Amino acid sequence: MKNSSQSRPPLYGFVIFTFAMCALPADAHLNTTGMGPFYDGLMHFLMSPEDIVPVLALALLAGLRGANYGRRALFTLPVAWLLGGLAGLSALTAKPQPFVAAAWFLLLGGLLAADAKVSLRVTTALAALLGLYHGYLNGIGMGQFDTAAVALLGLVFAVFVLIALAAAFVVRLRAHWARIAVRVAGSWIAASGLLMLGWAVRTR
Amino acid sequence: MNMRRYSPLARAMALTVFVFLFAQMAFAHPQKGEAVGFLTGFRHPISGLDHVLAMVAVGLWGAQLGAPAIWVLPVAFPMVMAFGGMLGLMGVPLPGTEYGIALSAILLGAAVLFEVRPPLGIAAALVGFFAIFHGHAHGTELPPGQSALLYSMGFVIATGCLHALGIGIGTVHRWAWGQKLLRVAGALVVIGGSFFMWKAVA
Repeated sequence: MKNSSQSRPPLYGFVIFTFAMCALPADAHLNTTGMGPFYDGLMHFLMSPEDIVPVLALALLAGLRGANYGRRALFTLPVAWLLGGLAGLSALTAKPQPFVAAAWFLLLGGLLAADAKVSLRVTTALAALLGLYHGYLNGIGMGQFDTAAVALLGLVFAVFVLIALAAAFVVRLRAHWARIAVRVAGSWIAASGLLMLGWAVRTR
Repeated sequence: MNMRRYSPLARAMALTVFVFLFAQMAFAHPQKGEAVGFLTGFRHPISGLDHVLAMVAVGLWGAQLGAPAIWVLPVAFPMVMAFGGMLGLMGVPLPGTEYGIALSAILLGAAVLFEVRPPLGIAAALVGFFAIFHGHAHGTELPPGQSALLYSMGFVIATGCLHALGIGIGTVHRWAWGQKLLRVAGALVVIGGSFFMWKAVA
């Protein structure tokens, strides 16, 4: 008897592919979602690949190293992001440095691709630095709004959810090929960082 | 309504028709926006057959060689290609780029054709060496005014997908007929590479 579950992965893939082909234009940096500042902040993060990708890379790196690392990153990164954001809210201005963004991609993607045996302390330090830097830049971007602090909470909530899901997903992976796929994703992130670095030099 | 009467394929087709009923607006001209940056980057590696041949050949060769080459080569290629792209973006000249790209298709195709099995380091070095030419060509051809981040991500993801395509095709290597088929594919890559070399020289 044919096992119906065998046909599910291709079917799901087909449906996902169909929906992806009908993707709507992305409206990044929405002024408002119409659902209040909390969701504005949440959507701001979800629409900002320059924020999402390093967080994802850190989550995958922590997940590859194990549950301890995942837990540490899970609580360090959002707290650091919040602190950085609060500092940014009170700052006057700052210009995002494309070199720094590229460096984060290179560093986290490279560590992930190499499956580097980073210590728990280093992972914590990376999470703290990443959170402080990106939170600070986010805070400056929100400074013009009265409700920026609430928006920042929404943003931090999104960071927490993303790192929790991604790290937990990787921690559970046992198949050799699945862990390699995670490392391949790291190599792609690092490669994107290299190109961003070249771009930053070109447009300087 | 009992959905079990319909096959998974029928249900998927019905869903597809339903989705396509929601027609989107057509944007005939390029827009200044981040999605354009991603799509432009994604299209770039797959828009040139010379690049496609070499990248698919990397996947085919990796599949022939088996673990760990099956994942080392596709990891090495995008990384080194991005390095070449960075050099191109910075304006660092690299002579003979077109020759290098054509030669990469010829040699990688020949490696698949003859099932060459060098040590992993040599295979990775060969792939990495030619990846610089591909990346440099992409970097210098970069269109102005695009989103650097999304363009880069689209570019790298498309490259990875081409390798994955090659690996996917290469999975037929487990069967005897599949091994012959792969060697034929390698021959086709050699022919394609020779054509592009002839064009570059002419």
